[in-house]
Amino acid sequence: MLVGHQPKEFLLAVSGLTVSFDGFKAVNDLSFYVEENEIRVIIGPNGAGKTTVLDLICGKTKATSGSIEFRGKDLTKLKENQIVKAGVGRKFQTPSIYDDLTVFENLEISYPRGRTVFGALTFTRDAAVRDRVHEVAEMIFLKDRLNMSAALLSHGQKQWLEIGMLLIQDPDLLMLDEPVAGMSVSERVKTAELLNRIIKDRSVLVIEHDMKFVEDIAHKVTVLHQGQILSEGTMEKVKNDPKVIEVYLGH
Amino acid sequence: MFGDYSIGDLGSIFVMQGFAGLILFSVYVLMALGLAIIFGQMGVINMAHGEFMILGAYVTWMTSNLFQTYLPGLFSGYFFLAMILAFFASGALGMLVEWVLIRHLYKRPLDTLLATWGLSLMLQQAYRSIFGAREVGVELPQWMLGSLRVTDSIEVPINGVFVMGLTVLITIGVAYVMFMSRWGRQVRAVVQNRIMAGAVGINTAKVDRYTFALGCGIAGVAGSAFTMIGSTGPTSGQLYIVDTFLVVVFGGAASLLGTIASAFSISQTQSTLEFFMSGSMAKVLTLLAVVGILMLRPQGLFALKVRK
Amino acid sequence: MNDSRFTSRSELIGILVLAVFLVVILPLCLDVFRLNLVAKYLTYAFVALGLVICWGYGGILSLGQGVFFGLGGYCMAMFLKLEASSVENTKIQSTPGIPDFMDWNQITALPFFWKPFHSLTFTIAAVILVPGIFALVIGAAMFKRRVGGTYFAIITQAVAAILTILIVGQQGYTGGINGMTDLRTLKGWDIRPDHAKIVLYFFEVGLLFACIFVAQFVRHSKLGRILVAMRDQEDRVRFSGYSVANFKIFAFCIAAIFAAIGGAMFALNVGFMSPSFVGIVPSIEMVIYTAVGGRLSILGAVYGTILVNFAKTSLSESFPELWLFGLGGLFIAVVLAFPNGLAGIWGDYVQPRISRFIGVRKPKAGWTDNSVADGAPAE
Repeated sequence: MLVGHQPKEFLLAVSGLTVSFDGFKAVNDLSFYVEENEIRVIIGPNGAGKTTVLDLICGKTKATSGSIEFRGKDLTKLKENQIVKAGVGRKFQTPSIYDDLTVFENLEISYPRGRTVFGALTFTRDAAVRDRVHEVAEMIFLKDRLNMSAALLSHGQKQWLEIGMLLIQDPDLLMLDEPVAGMSVSERVKTAELLNRIIKDRSVLVIEHDMKFVEDIAHKVTVLHQGQILSEGTMEKVKNDPKVIEVYLGH
Repeated sequence: MFGDYSIGDLGSIFVMQGFAGLILFSVYVLMALGLAIIFGQMGVINMAHGEFMILGAYVTWMTSNLFQTYLPGLFSGYFFLAMILAFFASGALGMLVEWVLIRHLYKRPLDTLLATWGLSLMLQQAYRSIFGAREVGVELPQWMLGSLRVTDSIEVPINGVFVMGLTVLITIGVAYVMFMSRWGRQVRAVVQNRIMAGAVGINTAKVDRYTFALGCGIAGVAGSAFTMIGSTGPTSGQLYIVDTFLVVVFGGAASLLGTIASAFSISQTQSTLEFFMSGSMAKVLTLLAVVGILMLRPQGLFALKVRK
Repeated sequence: MNDSRFTSRSELIGILVLAVFLVVILPLCLDVFRLNLVAKYLTYAFVALGLVICWGYGGILSLGQGVFFGLGGYCMAMFLKLEASSVENTKIQSTPGIPDFMDWNQITALPFFWKPFHSLTFTIAAVILVPGIFALVIGAAMFKRRVGGTYFAIITQAVAAILTILIVGQQGYTGGINGMTDLRTLKGWDIRPDHAKIVLYFFEVGLLFACIFVAQFVRHSKLGRILVAMRDQEDRVRFSGYSVANFKIFAFCIAAIFAAIGGAMFALNVGFMSPSFVGIVPSIEMVIYTAVGGRLSILGAVYGTILVNFAKTSLSESFPELWLFGLGGLFIAVVLAFPNGLAGIWGDYVQPRISRFIGVRKPKAGWTDNSVADGAPAE
């Protein structure tokens, strides 16, 4: 993995990333690289710092030191909305959607136009917006629920809706935090199918505990433990790493 | 402006001004302690906090009247009984209010603010109807009048010293209850994770009710102490409420030490400024400084950086 | 999907009903004194309207709207006071040509910041810009640092306290606790006689409808939906590429400007301005008007304001003892039992019955849509 000298190869280059909360290092000198069109899964025991890594990349948490290069831009210096504009999308662990709005309106808000105050005031719901919302709604299995209040959706549907909100944003790097947690078996299958369809032309960074699901989708797996990388490589390699078996898979 | 004073006089003035600041400090700490528990620990914005304080003051006033009429012999010691009564009166009212009002609103902090504001209006009117619109003052026992002569030019009033001593005692008591006792641990457990605390067998509803009552009871004691240095009217509580909230917020809402530190810095700033300018301008500048600092450091003086 | 850019049919009907009520019914039924009282109430309706946008939709509770009401009012009052303090009118003073309270406070020349208020154009601009910029500064300082919820409420309250103390303390420049009284003419047109009161009333109603239309426009734009979305899930909005702070600042500024217009109309209609409309107590009272009307209802804010003030006037005239109990009880009842206020009651109980009675099934009430989520996000 010494090709890091040619940043063009990588969509995302995290190097020396550290964040400490009152002395506790949740992420400690972490470096990893994600290529274009790669699906990377991060696994690790609870408290390993997985969610914190996503928080750092999308700007929710500020790094104590280190850098996060995305297409040549240092994300640690950008604000959250600028990071989104640069092409990073983030789905949260618990579905976070707007309960008081309809499914259509939820998707529409994520449509990448009119993001300034003035732009939002003068935004019009034209054919382009409507077509795109319908297109995405079809993908996330919510085509016939567009006018429904989002609060009435089931847990799985809410997860899909949030994924849909990210799709409409069309990010180059999509980050998903436990996308199938709390889903039924049939919903899991549908979600895997959905993810496999949407990963075309973009890189995806997924946190997941469901090993079956990980095996299905991952190109490469990174195992985090106590804020540091324990092992990295193909699923096959990681699965047979004695260190990984000891701290994580063995349980 | 210092031309008229000798160096010695000036020194004395600063000492006396500093002492005035210390009394103000005690007042702020007493007011803020109760609110630090209710707002800082429970997250309830109790806009009627001042009225709980005033209840304590009225209870003290009534006790002093009773002693004057029926037990003049014991008058010099009435204050200690009055304080206990004030604590229980305000605490009981607090418990009632928690049961009727607050417990429905834990998830809606801004709505608690409105509801308790309504409560404060009703209490004010109740005080006005019962005790009259005029301010009442408490007759102090002999031993509390007068002042201690420290040097020729420096005198400190005894009631001020008494209030300060009281503040120290109550602060130690609150710190003990919140940080050492089993009950304090339960309170903090409930605050940090209500569901989990319930799951491990803590009666969260009861903890909430008693915590709220404790905060209100301390407000009552604060009101009782106030009668030593000022008079009480139906709307006196409202005068203090903004200051009290600022003290708690400025200190970092969840930190008791922060509350004390912020009470100290605010009171000293104000009393020092009062030496240079009118009282109202001193107040304006102090509040502006507090608001300005809060804008730069919204988490207050003392706050942990936590992983969210 | 209701795709209208502006208003739906039932909302239009609601606006028409309010227009008939304010423009036809009230002027026909009330004498000039009472009509002027309504004009005074309506000045608070501007504030309530702003709070619907800022608090109801945006979830930002400001307890300092009196500040903006006051700034608008004082800007207007300064102009009117200067006109009332012409050299002729004030020749008995030791310094003629300056406002009387300055003369009483041994001030001998007009302070520099008073001078531009000789111009009506400047005054009108100041009524909008001074509170607008002040709100922008406070909003930027707070929202950029993610201060919100209860902290924001407490800090706005502190700002209200500071401004009141400042106005009361600086008598020579502001008229102190009595405020600016004895306002007489606007560009030579006497604002005191009955016919002037009537003209001012209609002018104010016109302005109110202009503000209602602005509020409707904001609400029905994508910005309105973003405000609601922010109230539910602030982080989701932020990570959908929006600068949440800017939207909050916008909502806060709109509310401040509406409040300031109300304040300016107050100075004109009532003929004076004083610090008692600036501080914490009036600021919180203005929140209750909004809460009673329904914090999500633009028209409800107007009805709520009129109703609470009407109750206040009649109760405090006949049972002054009861008034505070009534107001306090109202706060508690609205919060505990009717979080959506009058508009909620109308939408949940009255309108369905009317519809059933007429035999038409209409969609949900036009002037109350989504219900209040469990308060605003806690800080």
